[in-house]
Amino acid sequence: MVQYHDYDAVIVGAGGAGLRAALEAGKRVKTAVVSKLYPTRSHTGAAQGGMCAALANVEEDSWEWHAFDTVKGSDFLADQDAVDVMCKEAVTSVLDLERMGLPFNRTSEGKIDQRRFGGHTRNHGEAAVKRACYAADRTGHMILQTLFQQCNKEGVEFYNEFFVMDLVMVDGACAGIVAYEIATGELHVFRSKSVLFATGGYGKIYKITSNAHTLTGDGPGVVYRNGLPLEDMEFFQFHPTGLYRLGILLSEAARGEGGILRNSDGERFMERYAPTIKDLAPRDMVSRAEFFEIKEGRGAGPQQDYLLLDLTEVDPEVVEKKLPDITEFARTYLDVDPVKEGVPIVPTAHYAMGGIPTTIEAEVRRNHTGDTVDGFYAAGECACVSVHGANRLGTNSLLDIVVFGRRGGLAMAEYASTHKQLEVPEDAHVESESWIMELLEGDKREPSHAIRTELQDVMWDKVSVSRDEEGLGHALKTIDTLKARFADAHVKDQSKIFNTELVEHMELGYLLDMAEALTVSARARTESRGGHYREDHQLREDDHWLKHSFITRNEEGDTELGYMDVTLGRYEPVERKY
Amino acid sequence: MSVRIRILRFDPSQDERPWWGAYEADVEPTERVLDALHYVKWYRDSSLALRRSCAHGICGSDAMIINGVNLLACKVMIRDLEQPIVIEPIRGLPVIRDLVVDMEPFFAGYKEVKPWLIVDEDEKEPPRERIQSQEDRERYDDTTKCILCAACTTSCPIYWADGKYVGPAAIVNAHRFIFDSRDRGGRERLEILSGKGGAFKCRTAFNCTDACPRGIKVTLAIQEVKRAALYDSV
Repeated sequence: MVQYHDYDAVIVGAGGAGLRAALEAGKRVKTAVVSKLYPTRSHTGAAQGGMCAALANVEEDSWEWHAFDTVKGSDFLADQDAVDVMCKEAVTSVLDLERMGLPFNRTSEGKIDQRRFGGHTRNHGEAAVKRACYAADRTGHMILQTLFQQCNKEGVEFYNEFFVMDLVMVDGACAGIVAYEIATGELHVFRSKSVLFATGGYGKIYKITSNAHTLTGDGPGVVYRNGLPLEDMEFFQFHPTGLYRLGILLSEAARGEGGILRNSDGERFMERYAPTIKDLAPRDMVSRAEFFEIKEGRGAGPQQDYLLLDLTEVDPEVVEKKLPDITEFARTYLDVDPVKEGVPIVPTAHYAMGGIPTTIEAEVRRNHTGDTVDGFYAAGECACVSVHGANRLGTNSLLDIVVFGRRGGLAMAEYASTHKQLEVPEDAHVESESWIMELLEGDKREPSHAIRTELQDVMWDKVSVSRDEEGLGHALKTIDTLKARFADAHVKDQSKIFNTELVEHMELGYLLDMAEALTVSARARTESRGGHYREDHQLREDDHWLKHSFITRNEEGDTELGYMDVTLGRYEPVERKY
Repeated sequence: MSVRIRILRFDPSQDERPWWGAYEADVEPTERVLDALHYVKWYRDSSLALRRSCAHGICGSDAMIINGVNLLACKVMIRDLEQPIVIEPIRGLPVIRDLVVDMEPFFAGYKEVKPWLIVDEDEKEPPRERIQSQEDRERYDDTTKCILCAACTTSCPIYWADGKYVGPAAIVNAHRFIFDSRDRGGRERLEILSGKGGAFKCRTAFNCTDACPRGIKVTLAIQEVKRAALYDSV
């Protein structure tokens, strides 16, 4: 039994990008949001530190400075036209959120307060600048809540706990999606003039990650399986302050408020790696510094395998008032009180810079030569505009989701108003249906859990902060083996009701796709840039590599790489020093 | 170490009535109950149904009754619990399967109180942000922390008995706007909350405050709403 629905605009994912898009599209055309989670469970809610915009409420600032920092932070791989759009629209985006009721912290004059954040500087790198607008250390939570409130006010329609399985493509254009209703096990076909993917990241390819269990690359996975490209997949960000062993994020705001990173000697090691802005250097540099400190034997603890985030010199009232959540995380999960002692931290897999390639209007690119897919849009972490290039600056993800979520919502509404619904073939759901049937025909084959664990281990060991040819080759071999095992794996639970074993299995399929695309792209890029560090190719090589990678998988199952030039602008690539 | 767990199981498509499953999980004392549930699901019985996402107390997916108390499974550590660890779905909402309950009635109650910023339609849009003093911002800070996990609402004996009561979480979210100096919908919401399913259903049991994983003073927020409704003192 399959159920059909008809909309002008269907948005997949209900985090910040999806909800921001829904607000715009919902005002203009018949809109639905399809999400595998209740909207407020989305991982936008875990973002802590802030959202940068050159409001200049506290210190002199300008959007050009913000754009410069973003381009330099990206190791010059970001497209500068997209960066200009984001940094210009940052100001109105923050003000929009305030008008929707977002409870920003305030200055003594009652304006939106701002604080320092990694890689954000005044006048092209002179010194750190107060640019991040924030709500304590739960800025993402407040953005998610505020957007959810506004969607309810506007009466946006939600299909909660529906898992996306496929795109409906008609003559190369997008005509809808196929989704699996988790509560009932039914399949649904959403016929829609326009579709926007806002499904978030895929940090669960790694063993240690700040990401939620549900961040499994569903959107990019569906795109990849439909023979469409993924861009810059080799660039994955490792956040320097994940809680030891767990990977739970401790916001960069901790360093923005004066926290210091120390090694086993108590040394403030970032002074050696980034003499000007030290602990507030961009994340790729700090994570790499931590990697070297541990490798060279200066890690703390009995196994010398972590570093310390020292907040003991910060006013305890600031810690409790401005960083209450992360203080609680340290107390709850490590039994460590940040007011009194250093918190054990390690790099944690945090953010995918790469994803579904889009234009600045959020239209999905069909290839690296400039064509787009009619009726198909993407925004947020699952997309690659690219504003983050090879390394995203802190706070720019929250900015990305509201700026490009809004643009995507406008663009899809405009498209839906001027185009007819394409005819959806009757068998649109059949492939998804037979896959599920096949999975549920349980015999004695392997369950999928062990495959996921092995994938996360090999990605962590061979494809994380530091990479080389040998490790990447090893990882690819392992991924191939795991793919073969996955093709033969099954789901034991036969129930149609809330079958989370089935959902986890399908998620693992997407994780394997993401791991493959990432590793193949990383192996091909024989240079180091931003979050992609090759121990066997340590220098950035602009002559060869100032370009975006586009990976596709053809019908035979082989991967193919193409490349697209970076859009430059005011800033010429120079060596990146902080 | 080996940890003993009992979980209340129910799949309406297969079971006539709920039953207790007994399991052993190999987890460390420093791990979370969620890790133990994952152990059961991944190594003992893959059919166990539960919701979870962020695994660090922010998304609000995994509220359940753990040793008789409403808690987030990802925020309570094994070392802090007596064994066997007894786990049941939260009460007052229909069970879909195992630890998964139907959240629709909960969100319906939430939406009843109009939890969004209400402004005068003819008020001129400010060119920049609205000004709000630090004191005015602080006034409603506590209730902005709500993650809609339903731990409070499903710990409330009044909510168990009366499905028409909007419940503590809805009142918390009304409070977040009633005491926001930028909001103009206070009176509208207080009228709703003075009605049959509103704040005066509360009998001050404090279960909700104990249950809140975010440390929100839920009962205090409800009292402030009641007071505002009685004395028009927003």
